[in-house]
Amino acid sequence: MAPILEITNLYKNYGATEVLKDINVSIDKGEFLVLVGPSGCGKSTLLNCIAGLEPISGGTLKIDGHDMTHVSPKDRDIAMVFQSYALYPTMSVAKNITFGMKVRGVDPETQKSKLAEVARQLQIEPFLNRRPGQLSGGQRQRVAMGRALVRDPKLFLFDEPLSNLDAKLRVEMRTEIKTLHHKLGASMVYVTHDQIEAMTLATKIVVMKGGIIQQIGSPSEIYNRPANLFVADFMGSPAMNLIPAKTSRGSGGTMIEIQRPDLEPIRLTDPRAQGLPEDIILGLRPEDISEPGFRVGELVQEAPCKVEIVEPAGADTYVQTRLGGKPLTARLHSETEAAPGTVHNLAFDLAKVSYFAPETGERIN
Amino acid sequence: MTDVSATPATVASERPRGRSFGKIALRWLLYIVLGLFALYYLMPLFVMVTTSLKSLEEIRTGDLLSLPRELTFDAWRTAWSEACTGIQCEGVKPYFWNSVMLAVPAVLISTLLGAMNGYVIAQWRFRGANIIFALMLFGCFIPFQVVLLPMARMLGIMGIAGTIPGLIFVHVIYGLGFTTLFFRNYYVTIPVELVKAAKVDGAGFVRIFFAIFLPLSIPIIVVSVIWQFTQIWNDFLFGVSFSQAGTQPVTVALNNIVNSTTGVKEYNVDMAAAIIAALPTLLVYIVAGKYFIRGLTAGSVKG
Repeated sequence: MAPILEITNLYKNYGATEVLKDINVSIDKGEFLVLVGPSGCGKSTLLNCIAGLEPISGGTLKIDGHDMTHVSPKDRDIAMVFQSYALYPTMSVAKNITFGMKVRGVDPETQKSKLAEVARQLQIEPFLNRRPGQLSGGQRQRVAMGRALVRDPKLFLFDEPLSNLDAKLRVEMRTEIKTLHHKLGASMVYVTHDQIEAMTLATKIVVMKGGIIQQIGSPSEIYNRPANLFVADFMGSPAMNLIPAKTSRGSGGTMIEIQRPDLEPIRLTDPRAQGLPEDIILGLRPEDISEPGFRVGELVQEAPCKVEIVEPAGADTYVQTRLGGKPLTARLHSETEAAPGTVHNLAFDLAKVSYFAPETGERIN
Repeated sequence: MTDVSATPATVASERPRGRSFGKIALRWLLYIVLGLFALYYLMPLFVMVTTSLKSLEEIRTGDLLSLPRELTFDAWRTAWSEACTGIQCEGVKPYFWNSVMLAVPAVLISTLLGAMNGYVIAQWRFRGANIIFALMLFGCFIPFQVVLLPMARMLGIMGIAGTIPGLIFVHVIYGLGFTTLFFRNYYVTIPVELVKAAKVDGAGFVRIFFAIFLPLSIPIIVVSVIWQFTQIWNDFLFGVSFSQAGTQPVTVALNNIVNSTTGVKEYNVDMAAAIIAALPTLLVYIVAGKYFIRGLTAGSVKG
């Protein structure tokens, strides 16, 4: 079966500035692809290119096996939900939802039944006759989704659809979108700058920066094996600890030495790592640095660290110390006895470690 | 109970009393000045209305500012259907209808074209859209006199010189700069995502304009219609330059009535004719004036 969306060597220029460089992505039917990156990384432009709202400067784009590179948006069999919802202000909710069908000449009976079906699905029946201006943000969001759902397209496109909602509603709608995806088995492309949204929704994530794809992978691949320093830093909250370190060959494997201002250097041994350069950047997620005794495994190694800041966050307590000239965050359990100014033992789990080359920022293990 | 609540109130009102006296005086002064201005501006209208309702006899003997001793609508009747404009004596009636037949299509066409121009320039930003918009804006500042000769030549070539369609053409061209400006400024405040959503929904250029943008534009349409109607109805220069005996607008006819009386000057007829000529624009303001201000400010404070 052909992939539902296949982008090959896509380029996009505005005059002399390259906005997208050599983009290659493909997804299968039923996948949920999330494009994530900081603002200005080209993710929305890429989505507009997929929709056909922006012309493509080079490369090809196929939807369900058909070449759509130069096809106009209305013939691509897509539906799109916009950040500002872009509801037609003078039309009622019902008319907003059926506008696309009306334009395409769907007969009124079918329009009616589809409208009823979508309205039930999204629970927007009570305000079908209202204007968008009379709705709350969450309701508008639902109507915008309804307008997309009613079309039953090959591909759904979402352009930061939740960023205008308040925090609580955002989480609710996120779950709802995920449920919808499961129920419909639809193929979706979703743009966001929120890495948590990306992690929770996606079956496949594309991390972008400066118009270039940094990494494509499943949420767990992106989280556990980031391809470079940018991805490591961008995905996950609190961010991954990235600590400059020196390596040397020792008896039990590679010795890793981390300098620090106030105490002896920390020495860790990684028996699995091979062929590392002398200078490396060691990446460990906060949850991989824990209270001694809470993580078991051959690669868990303890070291005393001077605690600088303790931040209780309810379920966990985040502890900050300083390693290799950089602050390091560890995620301890909420009952920890670590106190600011004291020395506390921390357990480093090297099973989950990432190594990066300082010059290129690329992953090397 | 009353004591407790009264004490802080009296204390609070003690000091502002002196200040509030000044405030009230200022307020009164303001109203008096405003009243004087209103009186000053209404005076000509008052004189026009009263004079038009007096007989010639009374005008000659009476005071300019006094109310008519006895009401007579003869002057109005004469002005409407009997007054002489040169050799013909049909009143302003035929010219009034000329003006209607000229102003209504010219207003509608220039407003519709302006709306389309604004829509294209604001929402379909093609290459050079800004330059074209700047050039159209420039058109607003070209004095009428400058275009007279080239326009006369142009109308001659097109074969519509001296006709009402010719005048409509002139007014549409001249009004386009303004109407485009109105609509463009209104449409730039509308998010471009609206067009994108409609495109994805399958609508084309024309459909998006008529189904989505035009219904949104009521306030600015009112502005454009009032503006254009006032301009076109009140225009004298184009009217006198590009019309012939049968196609003159009411402003030209009014001028002819006032200037072509022989012997006694019939002030009451002149006044009545002037009021008749001014009535439609007055009416448009009274009916839609409130929307005019609302529409002018609508774009900037869109919520």
